[in-house]
Amino acid sequence: MSRISYVFILMFVLMAISSQTAWAQDGLDTGDNAWILTSSALVLLMTPGLAFFYGGMSSVKNINNMIMMVFLCMCLASVQWVFWGYSLSFSEGNWMIGGLSTVGLHGITPESLSGTISEYTFVAFQATFAIITVALILGAVEGRMKFGACALFIPLWATAVYDPVCHWVWGGGWAGNLGILDFAGGTVVHINSGAAALALCLVLGRRKAANIRPPANVPMIALGAGLLWFGWFGFNAGSELAADGRAAFAWVVTNTCTATAAFTWVVCEWIHRGKPTLLGLASGAVAGLVAITPASGFVGPLGSIQIGIMAGVGCYFASVKMKAALGYDDALDVVGVHGIGGTIGAFATGLYCTKMVMGPDGVDGFFIGWGAEGINQLGLQCLGFLSTWAYAFVATLAVAYVVKATVGLRTTEEQENTGLDLALHGEAGYCLETAPVGNLKS
Amino acid sequence: MKKVEAIVRDEKLSVAKEALKALGVAGMTVTEVKGHGTQKGITEVYRGRQYAVDLLPKIKIEAVVDDKDVKKVTDAICEVSRTGSIGDGKIFVSSVDEIIRIRTGETGEKAI
Repeated sequence: MSRISYVFILMFVLMAISSQTAWAQDGLDTGDNAWILTSSALVLLMTPGLAFFYGGMSSVKNINNMIMMVFLCMCLASVQWVFWGYSLSFSEGNWMIGGLSTVGLHGITPESLSGTISEYTFVAFQATFAIITVALILGAVEGRMKFGACALFIPLWATAVYDPVCHWVWGGGWAGNLGILDFAGGTVVHINSGAAALALCLVLGRRKAANIRPPANVPMIALGAGLLWFGWFGFNAGSELAADGRAAFAWVVTNTCTATAAFTWVVCEWIHRGKPTLLGLASGAVAGLVAITPASGFVGPLGSIQIGIMAGVGCYFASVKMKAALGYDDALDVVGVHGIGGTIGAFATGLYCTKMVMGPDGVDGFFIGWGAEGINQLGLQCLGFLSTWAYAFVATLAVAYVVKATVGLRTTEEQENTGLDLALHGEAGYCLETAPVGNLKS
Repeated sequence: MKKVEAIVRDEKLSVAKEALKALGVAGMTVTEVKGHGTQKGITEVYRGRQYAVDLLPKIKIEAVVDDKDVKKVTDAICEVSRTGSIGDGKIFVSSVDEIIRIRTGETGEKAI
């Protein structure tokens, strides 16, 4: 017999033995577990996607710095999550913040369960949310934040702002207990990062006009938006924490809202400025993804189309008009897209949520039931986003001033004129010359 | 010996190059340049932020030719590069004092 036959026989024997010894843990649903593990990988991919999305929008001399700051979140927020982030967010605590019982993931074993999935699956899934939330903020600071300040800001912000707000909504804190609806993170992820971006860019100050440049690479923005759109199915459909019909439902409304918002943004600028742009299409897609996030497990498909239209129009004018009117220098429109988009989504959840999706224990939103129940839910939604805006803004100001007082926040004017890629990293984003432009030092 | 510097639309490079080759022009140097003349430039809008781009990309073709060939060469470039719209470019002709071929050390018209 050839060697390959032996390999096949050995594999068969091993499979036979392992299927005898493998058993499902009591209460663990392998289908759910597999889907949430897959979703975790999808959501993690959103962070490199965001790096491309933001990198493409940066000035050509700051593109590496922007991409690297976003990747840095994967490094630092991942480790913070294992050390104490997960514990502060999800372990038993009070109305405000979780306790310290699972610091270092202490006491969580491969047998631990969270619902019908392994607790480690839940840890992994939630880690990816913490990572991208911090990363979203950094779009506001293009071209003017010290790299060391960024490395200090990420774990501080995750601890002081992300973990408490996550606990409020999903970890057993006051917002979840009151019945404020946030399926996949409209408040926790998007309003949180939008409000933080506003605070951080106010503390940092404006860029010099000469250093505000057109996007370095618009096709790369489209690539990033595509990866975000793809990964967002893990974000929203995965937030069901089960591989069931409601997850599929969340998938469909996510796609529908995003498609609507992308086209709506393009139509807005087409009418307002005369030309449809690729940057507008990509921005509108992200605005739609943001707005449907809190609503995705609660609203019907037609509701999601209406949320998409609101997001496309609202985020377009927030980014183009509101920013200019108020004068804050939010470089890549984190406030306009994530802050406003998240707010639109959180509010619209109270308008369009329906028992058809949520089941008999759910709520019919104001536009569905036209009743007191809907008004009550709208009030709760407003309370949810207003408190998140307020807490995230104030707490981020505090974090920003701590960083400013210790390592300093802002780069020097000379560094900003040179570009942070060369000034901070000694590395250019693009080297396209075929002729040698320097001498190799060995 | 005259140097012909023609600034043309970038999409006209290939036809201009072919036209010069057909006239037997021995060599040329091509550079991507930015500039403006009568053409005022364009406005780009990114998320509502406007950038007035008043320096537009053009192609500069430099070729050194015999005095007697100047008219032929400039006519040929004009003919193939003209669209009739603003932004077609310009041609500058200037005298060249000396040419040296680095490989052989030849000078003057032999080195063209």
